[in-house]
Amino acid sequence: MIQIQDLYKSFRHQRVLEGVTLEIKTGETMVIIGRSGCGKSVLLKHIIGLLRPDGGKVLVEGKDVGGLSPSGLKDLRKHFGMLFQGAALFDSLTVGENVALALREHRQMGNGKVEEIVARKLKMVGLQGVESLKPAELSGGMKKRVGLARAIAMDPQYVLYDEPTTGLDPIMADKINELIRQLQKGLSITSVAVTHDMQSAYKIADRIAMLYEGRIIFLGTPQEIQASSSPIVQQFIRGESSGPIEAG
Amino acid sequence: MTSHLVVLGDRVIDSLAYVGGIFTLLGRIYAALPSLFKRFKLTIEQMSVIGVNSLPLVAFTSVFTGMVASVQAMYQIAGKTPVIYLGYGVCKAVIIELGPVLTALVVAGRVGASIAAELGTMRVTEQIDAMESLALDPIEFLVLPRFVAAAIMLPVLVVFADFVAIVGGGVVAVLTLRVEPQVYLDGLRLYFTMRDVFGGLLKSAVFGMIIATMGCYHGFTTGGGAEGVGRATTKAVVASSLLILVCDYLVATTIFRT
Repeated sequence: MIQIQDLYKSFRHQRVLEGVTLEIKTGETMVIIGRSGCGKSVLLKHIIGLLRPDGGKVLVEGKDVGGLSPSGLKDLRKHFGMLFQGAALFDSLTVGENVALALREHRQMGNGKVEEIVARKLKMVGLQGVESLKPAELSGGMKKRVGLARAIAMDPQYVLYDEPTTGLDPIMADKINELIRQLQKGLSITSVAVTHDMQSAYKIADRIAMLYEGRIIFLGTPQEIQASSSPIVQQFIRGESSGPIEAG
Repeated sequence: MTSHLVVLGDRVIDSLAYVGGIFTLLGRIYAALPSLFKRFKLTIEQMSVIGVNSLPLVAFTSVFTGMVASVQAMYQIAGKTPVIYLGYGVCKAVIIELGPVLTALVVAGRVGASIAAELGTMRVTEQIDAMESLALDPIEFLVLPRFVAAAIMLPVLVVFADFVAIVGGGVVAVLTLRVEPQVYLDGLRLYFTMRDVFGGLLKSAVFGMIIATMGCYHGFTTGGGAEGVGRATTKAVVASSLLILVCDYLVATTIFRT
């Protein structure tokens, strides 16, 4: 279980998170929605300790992420996988090396075993025989899928997705959504995804939380959010330019 | 008035954070040292990138430095001092000062910039975050190999630079200044001490550490896309060049005191 308690974060004079409280249950997929730049990715990075909060806590299985030592944080991260917005593949390494990197560093296993796992993970995301390609040779959708294979290489308990469908064509976006769903069902992974793509949110979420002006203003199932009476929520999920949220 | 105070306060905080950030990075490099031999292949790769690939640039800089040193020394001593002091002057100037400092400055431009640009691009494309998310330490993988490689390769480059500069100075002396080769060589041996050589090499190792540290620090703290990478690159080169000059003075007052 991941518990986010009264989290505050500012960058210089800009306040991004102003008291976010959210609980993500084991085995569920939580989707956090909100406008671009509202702090969704910042929230996600706090969960894995890439950012430290100014106030409040993130607890993973009861452990305060912000208070962990470097080695404690390293151990915690071995249970996490993260898919980054631009996939963030290491461009000096091949696809195979990208997926294998964490396995080679953290697991005592032979080359053959590593290669077998890499091939299996790549197959899970619908890619085969691409191990020797460099990230620069891949399309956007393929990069995301390799990023996903890398994130799940160590069989994590938690997977964090930062805008998993942004920049993809609708068919590829749906393919990624299905993959996320399959991973959650097949491997019973606890997932947190941030997105502003509502179609994706409805498809993958067990529950949806909406982040607005640094706080969670809505929490509920996809059905509940559609029935929400909040004008802010309604404007966002319908994607309308006029309403209480100012465009710009 | 208040807004001026806010700006001043921001500047002070930024400066302290900058210095603190650099020392924190040095502390993390020190803490990561035990892992150096676990991944020594990465350091070897960087030694090639930083050292071997800089050879043509360093050779070019050094040969002209030696030639100019020779011409300038002759201009100063002609008619006033015995010509044997030409080789002496060139040798001392190159070994103590010109070799280490000019090599460090051109390497700061070439290597410091490329380190900052490479790590800066990795930062803005979230590759460094990705590395951390995989429970891998970017200091061990990215910073330590560059730091150690620069500290080892700068003195190696300086030995090469010293040799090329002295030969370049000698060629000019013999061919255009009509100095007997033996007189130039005797001048090189005059008052020669190994202390000068080691002093020059020691400071070049420190210069190497400065170049790598500033390149890595500015790369790591890059923000704001391609523009940010450009800014980080400039800052890395400017900061390492300035620090090299300051450090040169500090070494001069400690090692080369009379």
